[in-house]
Amino acid sequence: MYKKIVVPVDLEHIDKLSKALDVAANLGKLFEAELIYVGVTPTVPTTVAHNPDEYVAKLKAFTTSESGRRGHPATSKAFTSHDPSIDIDQYLPRAVAEVGGDLVVMASHVPGFFDRFWPSHGENLASHTNASVFLVR
Amino acid sequence: MSVDTPAEDLIPPPEGDVDLIETDYEIGQDNIQPKLGPLGFDIHNPVFATSAIVITLFVIFSLVFHDSAGDAFEAMRTWLTSNFDWFFLLAGNVFVILCIGLVLSPLGSVRLGGKDATPDYNYIGWFSMLFAAGMGIGLMFFGVSEPISHYTSSLGGITEEGGLRTDWAPLGGALEDPEAARRLGMAATIFHWGLHPWAIYAVVALALALFTFNKGLPLTIRSMFYPIFGERVWGWPGHIIDILAVLATLFGLATSLGYGAQQASAGLNFVFGIPGGINTQIILICAITGVATYSVLRGLDGGVKVLSEINMALAAVLLLFVLLVGPTIGILTGFGANLAAYAQDLIPLSNPFGRADDNFRQGWTSFYWAWWISWSPFVGMFIARVSRGRTVREFIIAVLVIPSIVSVLWMTVFGGTAITLINNAGLTEIADAALELKLFVMLEGLPLSAITSLVGVILVIVFFVTSSDSGSLVIDTITAGGKINAPVSQRVFWCTFEGLVAVVLLLGGGLGALQAMAVSTGFPFAIVLLLACYTIVKGLMSEPR
Repeated sequence: MYKKIVVPVDLEHIDKLSKALDVAANLGKLFEAELIYVGVTPTVPTTVAHNPDEYVAKLKAFTTSESGRRGHPATSKAFTSHDPSIDIDQYLPRAVAEVGGDLVVMASHVPGFFDRFWPSHGENLASHTNASVFLVR
Repeated sequence: MSVDTPAEDLIPPPEGDVDLIETDYEIGQDNIQPKLGPLGFDIHNPVFATSAIVITLFVIFSLVFHDSAGDAFEAMRTWLTSNFDWFFLLAGNVFVILCIGLVLSPLGSVRLGGKDATPDYNYIGWFSMLFAAGMGIGLMFFGVSEPISHYTSSLGGITEEGGLRTDWAPLGGALEDPEAARRLGMAATIFHWGLHPWAIYAVVALALALFTFNKGLPLTIRSMFYPIFGERVWGWPGHIIDILAVLATLFGLATSLGYGAQQASAGLNFVFGIPGGINTQIILICAITGVATYSVLRGLDGGVKVLSEINMALAAVLLLFVLLVGPTIGILTGFGANLAAYAQDLIPLSNPFGRADDNFRQGWTSFYWAWWISWSPFVGMFIARVSRGRTVREFIIAVLVIPSIVSVLWMTVFGGTAITLINNAGLTEIADAALELKLFVMLEGLPLSAITSLVGVILVIVFFVTSSDSGSLVIDTITAGGKINAPVSQRVFWCTFEGLVAVVLLLGGGLGALQAMAVSTGFPFAIVLLLACYTIVKGLMSEPR
């Protein structure tokens, strides 16, 4: 049913991703679909990396580690952004389109009062992509 | 696509050699993540909390004791800029000489972001952002008024009382010689808006860009002092530097916003007869804050950059209009003449010692230098953030020379036109008008004044928005310990807080007190920036070229 599953990852908050990563890996196995981890990094140093090169290396290491641990092959794709807190809403639909993803599995928070006025990244993505979006809470 | 084969427009190609600083400090390690209702924060605890508390206490103090606080802070500001005028002038010269030296030296070939880094922004977007953040609003107010002030004071010549000069003329003045007074007035104005202020910004921006993009340290003011403090920069010495930067930026922005609202409402009143009372001013602050908040929520590219480009385009249209309908030939010949006058008077005007023009040197130059320096953490950090991928030489030429030439052009067009209208058309009301109205009074002397005045009001307001949004991003980054991907609610907090401080001070009084306080921070920062000159050279020397 699905061939390419896109999994947005925030390397700074890996601890909050485990459920989404589990779901994505299980769906990948079920549909024999390719997993693609997508990350966005700024050009300035962050908690995760000193520069985009280092970020790419860390995302790649994360991908290798995850695919080994879960026994399902995965690749990764990284974007740089001047303002990732905001730009991620533009980059995610673009990433899904570029890799030809047909399912997105991403971690999301439980909606609160402000989500009525300010949509979450997952909600925004669902409004701007042809792929199916699975939000994991 | 896998990470092994990144596309050209995604991850930049390998950045090449850089000399990363080995430190155990991890960005965000001192941060806490409190929740306020549904809003999450990611803040550097000592810097955020101390800054917020100190700002609140200062605002309360200024409200309760606004007369005495105003007098005390203003006295401190005057004392600093009068007694340490030599220090400000000397420091300004050091910054210019350092910049020129770096352009000429082999260190100029070091690339910010690594040997193979490519620029994040094209020249137009880059230049628009740095100009709109750093100087735009000042040019709107001083473009007409400052050349006239120096022109009239020069024309009045030297007056003395008890052996001390009481006039405000630059250097020796130009008694009853309109042509010489015009030349001196323009040279003095350009001196205050030319190489020196941009050298101040360039030093801060270069230091931050170098230690962030090449050394891998967080994008926060303290990072440029790593060569001096070492690991202690992550402790209280660094906290104090960052807190000072936050205070200077927020006080500067909030008081400018308060005064800006007063000036914009005066402009609206003059041009359209809209009542310029406190209600109009508060509506203007709310509107500016609202648009600035929307801009920061649209992000650096979608909000700040777009507004800056719109603003620069509007400013260019107004400039071209005045150039074409004003005394075109006079302005065009004046540009070269003013540039020559600036070059000729640059050394005497920047000389810190042995001068008799105390009022001009202390009341204008020293005040300006303190003002530029107090704004430099904000403007410098913003310039740094958008300057990755440029070589040091390219960076300095673009930050120092091009804005200086634009300033000369702006002052020549607006100041030159105003002086011509006063001299040739007898429009002396330009000289007599209040500071905030001089631009509009001058535009009245030209055709289509209703349209150009409206453009002028819009420019004033949008320049405030572009300062407010970029300033909020800078404060947010510093108080998040250098993280630029902190929750968006934080930047909304700072934007709103800044507007709130402006409204409270406007209602309760105390704008003058806090502005004097903000300018006073120029003194400690001047010392800090001199130290930064050393760290820049040291940092650049270890970079691969």
